[in-house]
Amino acid sequence: MALAHADVLSGLKEIVEEVAGIPAASIELDKNFTEDLEVDSLSMVEVVVAAEERFGVKIPDEAVTDLVTVGDAVNFIVNAAK
Amino acid sequence: MSARRVVVTGLGATTPLGGDVATTWSELLAGTSGVRLLTEEWAQTIPVRFAARVAVEPSEQMERVEMRRLDRSEQFAIIASREAWKDAGSPEMDKERLGVVIASGIGGVTTMLDQYDILREKGARLVSPHTVPMLMPNGPAANVGLELQAKAGVHTPVSACASGAEAIGYALEMIRNDRADVVVSGGVEAAIHVMPMSGFAAMKALSTRNDDPARASRPYDLNRDGFVLGEGGGVLVLEEYEHARARGARIYCELVGQGLTSDGYHIAAPDPDGAGVQRAIKFALRDAGLSTKDIVHLNAHATSTPAGDVAEASALRAALGIDADHVAVSATKSMTGHLLGGAGAIESVFIVKSLQDRLAPPTINIDELDLAVTIDVVRDKPRALPAGDIAALNDSFGFGGHNVVLVFKSI
Repeated sequence: MALAHADVLSGLKEIVEEVAGIPAASIELDKNFTEDLEVDSLSMVEVVVAAEERFGVKIPDEAVTDLVTVGDAVNFIVNAAK
Repeated sequence: MSARRVVVTGLGATTPLGGDVATTWSELLAGTSGVRLLTEEWAQTIPVRFAARVAVEPSEQMERVEMRRLDRSEQFAIIASREAWKDAGSPEMDKERLGVVIASGIGGVTTMLDQYDILREKGARLVSPHTVPMLMPNGPAANVGLELQAKAGVHTPVSACASGAEAIGYALEMIRNDRADVVVSGGVEAAIHVMPMSGFAAMKALSTRNDDPARASRPYDLNRDGFVLGEGGGVLVLEEYEHARARGARIYCELVGQGLTSDGYHIAAPDPDGAGVQRAIKFALRDAGLSTKDIVHLNAHATSTPAGDVAEASALRAALGIDADHVAVSATKSMTGHLLGGAGAIESVFIVKSLQDRLAPPTINIDELDLAVTIDVVRDKPRALPAGDIAALNDSFGFGGHNVVLVFKSI
């Protein structure tokens, strides 16, 4: 099932807000998970699992290291759902 | 090396009587019970349907995002430590000379059980990546150490219900041995959950006075029938005396000694001879350079169990001898319930306040004093302590036969 880019972004914002406490409004595509959003390695696992549940996609461990920014994650999820 | 003296410069607590030290202390002096009926569904399925939950939920004292990666015991440790650190004047110091010793009797037991439920219901993938840092017994100390950037050492002695007192004793030695100038020390517990409560109930250790929870914790009363589980924690900032003076810190009192022994008798029952307790008191006084004549107050372990209270009282009478006649004994678990690994810590906070205010807190719920109790119990109302130089004891015991006695002295 194809997912709209905007829907994935807004869903991901909610997840990051829940996990890291960063207000959704300040989460943008170019934000770096570690440096800008203070999502550490443990919290990143939470973000990934929550995203998999929400969007019905699989994000393999080896792919997670390439998800540096929010935009990377949105693109990965949109492509994985195609 | 000249002897390094250790003083108390900060206090923090979150207890069934209040979300801070001031509220807890005033409720304690007023003789308020913190014990309540539990409203959770699971509580209706076990023999004991009450406990002493903290008066102020952590959600009212910290951010949600911070809370979700901390076990409840870790939340208590952070809340009490923040208060204690601020109370100590948030000392500017070399963090390589700052230590943390915070204990817990059981650790993150609710996290472990909640995550086990998730594992069984939803599978391994949904088990939280924060599970292990949340359930490890050193988690409360580790999180406080991280927040304060303590680098002299972060430690967690575990000795069941003596853990909190043992942590304070460990901290005392860290400063005496010149490993640290300041140590944030104490104990926490968060074990009000159907499984640990079922376990304690199976041991017949808990009171089953479901029809009158506020009167269930009744140390020394003839009709006591077990302890009441409490939660929360207490933290003391201990500091080397000259270090505290140099920065102009407010000094509450001095921690002058500790005595540690073990019974070698039974995994849960107290040694009826109380020999281990007596030796711990003797060692503590010797360590403090004091005699039984100097002691005017004692915050007893007194959990309200039929065997424990009498064994302890007899040991106190034997160890203090005729001097027990001028020792005002308070059993504050009658109000707070039993905080297990947090007990020795909040009771040390109470002793510091007792020395400061010259008031021994009351023991509530004694309708008929057990005649086997031959010590001077402070009942119903606080009692004034003498002016001048005074000293007080805190004794704590844990399953396993652990005995810890701490000695505090006015300054």
